[in-house]
Amino acid sequence: MAVGKEVRTKIASVKNTQKITKAMEMVAASKMRKAQERMRAARPYAEKIRNVMAHLGAANPEYKHPYLLERSEIKRVGLIVVSSDRGLCGGLNSNLFRDLLKRMKQWDESGIEMDLSIIGNKAASYFSRFNANIIAQKTHIGDAPGIDMLIGSVKVMLDAYMEEKIDALYVVSNTFVNSMTQSPTVEQLIPAKSAEDEDMQHHWDYIYEPDAKEVLDLLLERYIESLAYQAVVENIACEQAARMVAMKSASDNAGTLIDELQLIYNKARQAAITQELSEIVSGAAAV
Amino acid sequence: MSTIHIDIVSAEHEIFSGEAEMVFAPALLGEMGIAPGHTPLVTQLAPGEVRVKHVDGKEEGFYVSGGLLEVQPKVITVLSDTAMRAEDLDEAAVLKAKEEAERQLHDREAGMDYATALAENAELAAQLQAIQRLRKRAGRG
Repeated sequence: MAVGKEVRTKIASVKNTQKITKAMEMVAASKMRKAQERMRAARPYAEKIRNVMAHLGAANPEYKHPYLLERSEIKRVGLIVVSSDRGLCGGLNSNLFRDLLKRMKQWDESGIEMDLSIIGNKAASYFSRFNANIIAQKTHIGDAPGIDMLIGSVKVMLDAYMEEKIDALYVVSNTFVNSMTQSPTVEQLIPAKSAEDEDMQHHWDYIYEPDAKEVLDLLLERYIESLAYQAVVENIACEQAARMVAMKSASDNAGTLIDELQLIYNKARQAAITQELSEIVSGAAAV
Repeated sequence: MSTIHIDIVSAEHEIFSGEAEMVFAPALLGEMGIAPGHTPLVTQLAPGEVRVKHVDGKEEGFYVSGGLLEVQPKVITVLSDTAMRAEDLDEAAVLKAKEEAERQLHDREAGMDYATALAENAELAAQLQAIQRLRKRAGRG
């Protein structure tokens, strides 16, 4: 019976879409777990560096690294913008960009200029359309980026800070609250909050090899890099969580759509049968 | 027998954490052995192997491609780099990041247009809202 051919095709196509969104949901769920693990694994390094920094700060307070010094006048800031490479993850990126744009507008109004270092495809395509001043860019970092992928984008900003082209550095990314909630944040990297340790009263100093300044420089550079890496890894966990939620609601929507279409199809089929019956009956009555 | 606690971490994960009898590390100025109670020291590491002598006398090696070593009388911390790092390699990474940005932006004008960006963002949000409203209405009908 050729009833509701279009409806049947439609149902089949929605079912196919639902299969895809379901698969994506499951893939995102498993990737999210892995990303969360990576997020946790990256923590000890930053903690250890912070400890060493606290020791160093207590041991020789006379040398302050430029990264720890607040500049009196801020004329230009650097922003490391972390976004996802792919879409289909709900409002994750657009929420982040909206928050960032608000901040940027404020800076712009108070006469502060901005340099952007972009990580991820989405931010690259978004900000390049608005004539933002992008000085560095890194895309296609994948699901498990190594810190080596970020060295370039971070060092551009560190160099700019040392050359006094920028007076502060921020990282813009999503922070992972839980698998349902991700919140966009703009966090200050430089000037870094110096780690003060309260219970370090006694005075002792390290032996430095090759010398104190070199070691401190290296340490702070690694510290900032590790913070940036942490932001990137966290953003990936956020991306997968957001995708999981978005795909779950897409699958649910497909389900309701299928139910509705099925109802329409059944009604049409029933109507056709009824009509045919009444035709037969009235035909028989006429004989 | 006194021991010393050693943590080897990289930016990506924790590599080793435990007690050791002695630790050998490739410092920038030469290989050094650290026994428990060593004087506080911070040094840069050269690429090489950090060897940990366990309490049972066995030795275990961890390759590091550079990093930092911090020694306190009871704790050793190795902040290892996982990536190959060198001044010129880092510079190359910087150049690459810059190039990628320039390639996409060679024909831009000066100044960022916040008004357009915000307007476009608002428009998208409005579209989303409209879709949601439509969907709700369809659900009720």
